[in-house]
Amino acid sequence: MNKLRKQLELNVQLILEKRPQSSGLMNLFSPLLAIVLTVVVGGLIFAAMGKPPLTALYLYFIDPLTSWWSVEEVLVKAGPLVLIGVGLAVCFKANVWNIGAEGQLTVGALMGAIIPILWGEWQSPFALVAMLCLGALGGALFALIPAWLKTHFGVNEILTSLMLVYIAQLLLDWFVRGPWKDPNGYNFPKSVSFEGWHLLPMWGDGRMHFGLVVSLVAALVLFWIMRHTLKGFEINVVGSAPRAGAFAGFSQTKMVWFCFALSGGLAGLAGLIEVAGPIGQLQPQISPNYGFTAIIVAFLGRLNPLGVIFAGILLAISYIGGEGIQIELGISSKITQMFQGMLLFFILMCDTLILYRLKWISTKPNQSTTGHAS
Amino acid sequence: MSPYEAILLTIITASTPLLLAAIGELVVERSGVLNLGIEGMMVMGAVCGFAAAHVTGSAWLGVIAATFAGIATSLLFGLLTQTLMTNQVATGLAITLLGLGLSGLIGSGFVGLPGVKLANVSIPWLSDLPYVGRLIFGQDPLVYVSIALTAAVAYTLNHTRMGLIIRAVGQNHASAHALGYRVVAVRYACIAFGGATSGLAGAYLSLVYTPQWIENMTAGRGWIALALVVFSTWLPGRLAAGAYLFGGVWILGLYAQGMGVGIPSQLLSSLPYVATILALVIISTNRRLSLINTPASLGQGFVPDR
Repeated sequence: MNKLRKQLELNVQLILEKRPQSSGLMNLFSPLLAIVLTVVVGGLIFAAMGKPPLTALYLYFIDPLTSWWSVEEVLVKAGPLVLIGVGLAVCFKANVWNIGAEGQLTVGALMGAIIPILWGEWQSPFALVAMLCLGALGGALFALIPAWLKTHFGVNEILTSLMLVYIAQLLLDWFVRGPWKDPNGYNFPKSVSFEGWHLLPMWGDGRMHFGLVVSLVAALVLFWIMRHTLKGFEINVVGSAPRAGAFAGFSQTKMVWFCFALSGGLAGLAGLIEVAGPIGQLQPQISPNYGFTAIIVAFLGRLNPLGVIFAGILLAISYIGGEGIQIELGISSKITQMFQGMLLFFILMCDTLILYRLKWISTKPNQSTTGHAS
Repeated sequence: MSPYEAILLTIITASTPLLLAAIGELVVERSGVLNLGIEGMMVMGAVCGFAAAHVTGSAWLGVIAATFAGIATSLLFGLLTQTLMTNQVATGLAITLLGLGLSGLIGSGFVGLPGVKLANVSIPWLSDLPYVGRLIFGQDPLVYVSIALTAAVAYTLNHTRMGLIIRAVGQNHASAHALGYRVVAVRYACIAFGGATSGLAGAYLSLVYTPQWIENMTAGRGWIALALVVFSTWLPGRLAAGAYLFGGVWILGLYAQGMGVGIPSQLLSSLPYVATILALVIISTNRRLSLINTPASLGQGFVPDR
């Protein structure tokens, strides 16, 4: 009996073996594999909910791209995701963990809104430029709080940047219910509507706006910086080998300041673009969690600014698809957040294959290393 | 019931979920793992606990379901970080995002439904004692569970062989491995323990604190629990003190709002988050205090060589 059981036991075991070099092929394929896994598991979840999986997946991922109207919506959502995502990609590359982009977005929107709300009569192209600058400045300054706490007191930046998200949202809430509430707004918690040069130039069916150009330019500029400048090299070195970076004279402290200022500034800009573009005024809720979703965008884009563009579009599709599926099949739009979380989960899982390979090893004591790689 | 009693009671109710979530994370971090997914595990516990209690009508079944939901979520984290060697910070974030989304999906059918409240303990005569009766002998059972768990963790970490192994794995995983301890297995166990207590903390919110399901009802408590662990410098006693301090701040804000003090309610609502940041700054300024118990291998993956 015992002997039989021994024979039935599997003689091989699956282990991870570190690759001598990271795999370039898997570097390209792991995001695709993650997307495939997300789609498959998503289909299974739809089936478990008693919904037709193929129809649901079609509605979720393909339908948003079948009409010009929804493609525009996808691009409008991709704009802020890409803009925040490229900043976070640089941060994470340097091993600096800013996860408070949602708060920086909020403060950027607040700062930029100073002009239309307090100087409503100043109508000139410069007003818009000033708004954009103030938005970026607000986000950057707010992001420098965790940077300062990190470099001066050694406080973990993950916790502080996250706590500041709640504080920023409460601040916005106070402004739109208190001092900045539209006096003629029937007591709704909203500011005055922005007008004229306080709104971004729009085109298409009136949804596409100048902010999309800003996102694209930011991604391309950061791609160039990361690829072709000393700063880009410094970010890579400090992030992947801090000791080597220190020997090269790269300052860890300055890197923290740089990363927070950059990613906070871009998040603040994204916030201003949202309120001066699609929304057109301040209200208690100005972002469907763009700041957190952008974390997924950064990882899905392989922390590469060009990759972030594609990742931003994909995550934007998930927002629009989630809305569509809610209307067509009556599934809670919460499915969007779940899909996004699942995607990040599978990306991290598949990224393991870049540094490690799966290998079958024999567990028989007399055979040593005759396993074959797969 | 006198007002001071009422305030103390609400403080304890506000502190218990923080203490439950944080005591698990303390063990996880002592074993050298940084699980940022508390918020996700907690919210999964909250929704599963509420759903189970609503369907079966038994709050205790809800508590059990929440515990298992927390464990299941934490094992996903374990699978990724311990077996697949993913980045612990990013994986923790993924768990939080996944948990918030999945809980919203599960809970979409339960919004606005009446919940089942876990009954308070009532001991004849003792619970009716003046002043201290309700406070000491008449809480809900999970308050006693949280205190017992804290004491058990303190004792286990400092006075047992198991605690020594956990600390060894957290301080220097290579040496622990060389001594023959199964680093990855120890860490899996600690992660599961952390998941269980986070699930309990979630159950506390949806079965005791506000017996109903509200989306994102954890409201950042998971993150505050994480901060508490740093604040406690990884010591269970200080952790309990910190948890009650934070519960106090939380309730202070609520009471001030209720009394209509001329301070904006948003400012009062932001108190716990501001207090968290301040506490982290204070504790981090004292390098000696904060570094003395920091697990040296915190956040680093371990691949056993063969």
